[in-house]
Amino acid sequence: MAYRKSVWKSLDHTILILYLFLVSYGWLTICGASYDFDHVFLFDIFGRPGMQLVWIGIAFLFAYIVFSLEADFYDVFSYHIYITVMFLMLLAVFFAPNIKGSNSWLVIGALRLQPAEFAKFATALTLSKVMSEYSFDLGRVKYFGTVIAIIAIPIILMFLQNETGTAVVFLAFFLVFYREGLSGYVLVGGLCAIVYSILELKYGKVIVGEYTSLGTLLIAILSILITQGIVYYYDRFTYPVRSLLIILLLFAGTGLTASLFIPVNFVTVAYVCLGVSALFLCYYSFKCWTWRYVYIALISFVSLAFRLCVNYTFGLLEPHQQKRILISLALEEDPSGAGYNVSQSLIAIGSGGLLGKGFLNGTQTKLKYVPEQDTDFIFCTVGEEQGFVGCLILLIIYLWLILRILYLTEKQPILFKRSYGYAVASILFIHVLINIGMTLGLTPVIGIPLPFFSYGGSSLCSFTILLFIFLRFDASRKERQQSNDFTRMGTSRKHL
Amino acid sequence: MGSKNRAIILANRQYVISAVFIAVIVIFVIRLFYLQVLNVDYRDWADSNAFLKRTIYPSRGMIYDRQGRLLVYNQPAYDVMVIKREIIPFDTADFCTTLGISYEWLVKRFKDITNKQLNPGYSPYVPQVLVPQLSVQEYGAFQEKLYKFPGFYVRNRTLRDYQYSCAAHILGNVGEVGKHDIEEDDYYVQGDHSGRSGVELSYERDLRGEKGIEILLRDAHGRIKGQYDNGIQDIAAIPGKDITLAIDIELQAYGELLMHNKIGSIVMIDPTTGEILCMVSAPSYDPHLLAGRHRGRNHDVLAKDMHKPLFDRSIMGTYPPGSTFKPAQGLIFLEEGVINQHSLYTCNRGYTYTGGKPACHRHSSPLSLIPAVATSCNSFFSWGLRDMLDNRHRYKTIQGAFDRWKDLMVAMGYGYTLDIDLPGEKRGYIPNSRVYDNVYHERWTSSTVISIAIGQGEVTATPLQMCNLAATIANRGFYITPHVVSKIGAEDIPSEKTVKHFTGIDREHYDLIAAGMRLSVIGGTCYGANIPDIEICGKTGTAENPHGADHSAFIGFAPHDNPTVAIAVYVENGGWGANFGVPIGRLMMQKYLRGNIPPSDLNLEERMISTSTIQFYTANGL
Repeated sequence: MAYRKSVWKSLDHTILILYLFLVSYGWLTICGASYDFDHVFLFDIFGRPGMQLVWIGIAFLFAYIVFSLEADFYDVFSYHIYITVMFLMLLAVFFAPNIKGSNSWLVIGALRLQPAEFAKFATALTLSKVMSEYSFDLGRVKYFGTVIAIIAIPIILMFLQNETGTAVVFLAFFLVFYREGLSGYVLVGGLCAIVYSILELKYGKVIVGEYTSLGTLLIAILSILITQGIVYYYDRFTYPVRSLLIILLLFAGTGLTASLFIPVNFVTVAYVCLGVSALFLCYYSFKCWTWRYVYIALISFVSLAFRLCVNYTFGLLEPHQQKRILISLALEEDPSGAGYNVSQSLIAIGSGGLLGKGFLNGTQTKLKYVPEQDTDFIFCTVGEEQGFVGCLILLIIYLWLILRILYLTEKQPILFKRSYGYAVASILFIHVLINIGMTLGLTPVIGIPLPFFSYGGSSLCSFTILLFIFLRFDASRKERQQSNDFTRMGTSRKHL
Repeated sequence: MGSKNRAIILANRQYVISAVFIAVIVIFVIRLFYLQVLNVDYRDWADSNAFLKRTIYPSRGMIYDRQGRLLVYNQPAYDVMVIKREIIPFDTADFCTTLGISYEWLVKRFKDITNKQLNPGYSPYVPQVLVPQLSVQEYGAFQEKLYKFPGFYVRNRTLRDYQYSCAAHILGNVGEVGKHDIEEDDYYVQGDHSGRSGVELSYERDLRGEKGIEILLRDAHGRIKGQYDNGIQDIAAIPGKDITLAIDIELQAYGELLMHNKIGSIVMIDPTTGEILCMVSAPSYDPHLLAGRHRGRNHDVLAKDMHKPLFDRSIMGTYPPGSTFKPAQGLIFLEEGVINQHSLYTCNRGYTYTGGKPACHRHSSPLSLIPAVATSCNSFFSWGLRDMLDNRHRYKTIQGAFDRWKDLMVAMGYGYTLDIDLPGEKRGYIPNSRVYDNVYHERWTSSTVISIAIGQGEVTATPLQMCNLAATIANRGFYITPHVVSKIGAEDIPSEKTVKHFTGIDREHYDLIAAGMRLSVIGGTCYGANIPDIEICGKTGTAENPHGADHSAFIGFAPHDNPTVAIAVYVENGGWGANFGVPIGRLMMQKYLRGNIPPSDLNLEERMISTSTIQFYTANGL
């Protein structure tokens, strides 16, 4: 009895309050989004606000159960949970009816369940479990393969369910890997890949001057800067670094001067600079008897090779995905077609102004200009009715929640629980990034919910379980810390 | 040691990760700040998305005559509207017969409505006009069956309607605005109606009122979801002002009756106020023709008619004034001292100075001004003009003399528009010396231009200007800008429409001319206008013209002292002034001054109504 009491006492109140705040703010926003000027049935059980109340109740029940279980339960049963969820997803692949183009919903009577939502915490648990194994090393093929397989299985199943959007969420785990030892180059490389792709798609066909392709030039300059940056990171301002910089500036200067008299393809100039720097790095590598500078030189060549692949890879995407990407890069405008959602979303948010139009007063959301406004585009309702201030508060709450999770996670001495904490923070972060980013026209339109906020039972329950397992781990850490303190106090007394 | 170090390095990565999270949120906040606070366009876009600003049309002002009789009013009309999305298969045969349309027309109309090029505002959720302007009767028949046709609705609107079938030119008509109107005045939008002619056009701003706006909410499918803010932001329409005309509608109707089957005009002015009592232009048309569903078709028919019924001859027709010009000539000669009351000129059945042309008729000779006016002697006025233009003692050059003549003509209201409050007024034509200098290379004398002395040749004037001359003589030296509207709402029309113009000619000269015109009625060319107990003064005109028989003209005023009415009658190809001008003038004067036609004149009235000039017009014209 005393034990039970202490578990609830160890529950982190800040996160609990933030969670309750998000759920209630979300519910109010759903009321706003489903409110119709014609009929006012806010508490209609069959309306969305009413249904969401039921879901919130169920989520609280889940939270209670999840928190009441022993922390070790999740450690021991993580594989079982993972396999169960994967099995459910497999069932969905074969038996789920087609709802809005995806087969991800298992329908059992009146109940509709989306196992893909639950795959998030199941995968997080399992990955943490694998990573906490004694001899785990991401560099070893065996573990690397296992980790990739654990992530790949749900992704493949989602593709089979036509639920490709949710697969993006699994990128979150790379942040966990990074924290636990994945080389920063992978993340930088990934970031570079995204930036290069954007540059190539957006500016590849823009010609400046006579021949220069702006996209290619920017990529070349960026890769020069990155290689020089890495060299500088290792060697600071040593003599060779300085001489390399001077040589590069000389070449660039010659190119610029020449361009005053004859039309110059600046891409060629940038390539020459890249070649010179690569030769110099190889020579330097040979002189210092280390491979390091050769690797750095390779980075620039990989960058250029990647540029060539972008258009090919882009061509492999589905047409509607290509369109969404082009729209988010502002390369295509299609206000009545694929760009409709985004342009209406921007109008709804932009028209909110500083303080918003007031609760239930948003015209764009009420009159159904914004589609999916209580699920994926729910942020529009906040933007229109609560304005900049409401949006700011919501963003701060999310940031606070995620940073608080990171803070508590860092206190966690047990690797399994720490990895899980990072997974939770990263999953929440990527949802906020993609979901709010798409309503602001910054990221492509990918249909994933806003955590604790969007309408939907599966997502609310799955996020609640995800968060409360984390809270349970944190509570058990506090308990142990207290008991450690207690023991320490006891021993010290003995010594006395 | 190494692993410990590595653990510390890895632990530091929490800050990198936190920094990434914070950076993303900061980017979002910046983006939100741009969208919501800095950029103000989104609010307008949202409003244009969600708010349907529906115009509330004000009721157009009514038009009354000088006795307060209602002339023009609004009548409800009904447009059949359709919401394409809501219709279900229906009995088209029944539908078409009820509305009196053909099946082919219905099919074509549906095609046109749904064609976004022809109808850019089309939406299957929004009502579209299917059959415009049903009459009350058609509406009644259709409404009984409306339940059979879901998706069809009826919208109320108003149409102009007319109590009388006359005065079409003065009242004008109302039609849909064109592209040009919309560009010129941003009050109008496509589909609005505005005055197209007559008082409806010149008093458009008073009659139309102010539109109101009703703000409705519209959803993403274009469906109306109710009023915005319970209608608090709506703006009520301000109804147009009623207008009272100076026209006496019965006098107008009588004038139109007399001018039946003739081409020409009657203008009557109250000289003391400048109010136009009637203004007939014949042939005319029934104003009902240009209101309602068949306006376009009827307008086409009227526009193609060879007698040009749409043309308002009283202010747009420019005619040679003929002998009605002579009183003005007499006034100029008196004012310039060319002649005096006793000056005598000879007439030998023509102006002998240029070999008997212009010719004249038989009367005593020599004669002075008053009998010259009374007998309408061509020679007298030709000699007068010669003495004025060719006398180098008085004026150094013929140009100087002629321009003096022209200035006095202009002062009497000729040569320029009188600025009547109706659109389309023509100015007539009074040449100046430069015109003749150009034509005759500065070598010309009075003989060259002698026909202007008798109102022929280059000079032209509108019937309104002719009547205005009569009003000026009646007033003995001034006229008030003629106007057809006397009141806007309860207020008089603005004073710039009733300016008093003095001609600058001595009053005693006018008395002489008036005496001549009185003599003309008692024992001269206007004898036909001589009636007991009303001292009518008049002057006939018989204008030669290249189109056929002479035009018959008459100007006059009554009574001789303190006149209350001035008149001009002009009948194209009517022959002698005494043929039509004088009798019609006589009847109109009696109608106005007495209110009825004495039994002795009923024969004359009958003859005037039944005589047609149009046959021999066509015979000569073609």
